[in-house]
Amino acid sequence: MANQNLSEIWIYLSASPLAGLTLTLMAYGVAYRLYTHFNNNPLLHPVVIAATLIIGFLLLTDTQYDAYFEGGQFVHFLLGPATVALAIPLYQQWSKIKKLWLPLSITVIGGVFIAGISAIVIAQMLGASLETQLSLAPKSVTAPVAMAISEQLNGLPSLTAVLVVTTGILGAVIGTRILSLIRIKDDAVKGMAMGITAHGIGTARAFQVSNEMGAFSGLAMATSTFATALILPWLVGCFV
Amino acid sequence: MQFINGLTILLVYQLIGEITARYFSLPIPGPVLGMLMLFVTLAIKGSVHSTLEKTATGLLSHLSLLFIPAGVGMMVHFDRIANEWIAISIALVLSTIITLIGSATIMSIVSKFVTDTRRSGEEK
Repeated sequence: MANQNLSEIWIYLSASPLAGLTLTLMAYGVAYRLYTHFNNNPLLHPVVIAATLIIGFLLLTDTQYDAYFEGGQFVHFLLGPATVALAIPLYQQWSKIKKLWLPLSITVIGGVFIAGISAIVIAQMLGASLETQLSLAPKSVTAPVAMAISEQLNGLPSLTAVLVVTTGILGAVIGTRILSLIRIKDDAVKGMAMGITAHGIGTARAFQVSNEMGAFSGLAMATSTFATALILPWLVGCFV
Repeated sequence: MQFINGLTILLVYQLIGEITARYFSLPIPGPVLGMLMLFVTLAIKGSVHSTLEKTATGLLSHLSLLFIPAGVGMMVHFDRIANEWIAISIALVLSTIITLIGSATIMSIVSKFVTDTRRSGEEK
């Protein structure tokens, strides 16, 4: 009798958005605490931990992704307004952008071209499918914008989300080492490279090095996000 | 109420961005266009209302949470990733290194050039 009640409850839960939404928030809560506990170590980025926990749970309970997304979509929807909200940090850096507009715009436009072309061409040479190439192309910009670009290019936005986070973690972990290997000493230059390559995750790492590196990384991230949205659709037309 | 007002402004700009992008069939995502429009509005106005600032900061401070449902969507693409993981990982690692080195190099050259021309301008 109790078992029957339990399975009825399970049927109700798997059909309602309540479970998926609660699961998302709980997994994020656990992942976020773990991340801050280990001094914001990029390898323990909350998206990686939370997504792993949720995927594990869904596989264990034999739940389809679509059923989970019934609830997940409420969080997912906020990506749109969050993208619009990126105008505020961009505006707050406007006075700095105006002062540095020449080196900033040349570096950002160059970096955006390098990031897009290198990802597409390398994937193409290694025989990756067209959808994979398109999903890889916007990997260096912040996830909400990258996913919107990926969708527009007919890539796979959820694959892009994973690739963006992986790129961010990779940049945060190897970034400072690579930059000192090529003898870059100026924190402003390091920050620019970090923000263009590894978006928010790289910027968080840059702030651990110095405030100057963090500020330049944030500046580069904000401007390259916008430059990528403008440049990448045309660039992809030339290379794919 | 403050949070709702802030969210309403963001949604209005997103809506205008989506409609404009679709109407003119622009290859830019609607929310990105909304971001540009909001940025232009703020630059003309010369200030950010504290309501909007609070909502935006709140939303952006936990930006990671918002792409978890999409990240979980990776489970739908397990087959693709299993088939193409070598190409994906090599492209990801090499492209990340190339972008780091490339943008650092451009920035070093450009900022050196900019300070050099400034200095030679001052000497004259």
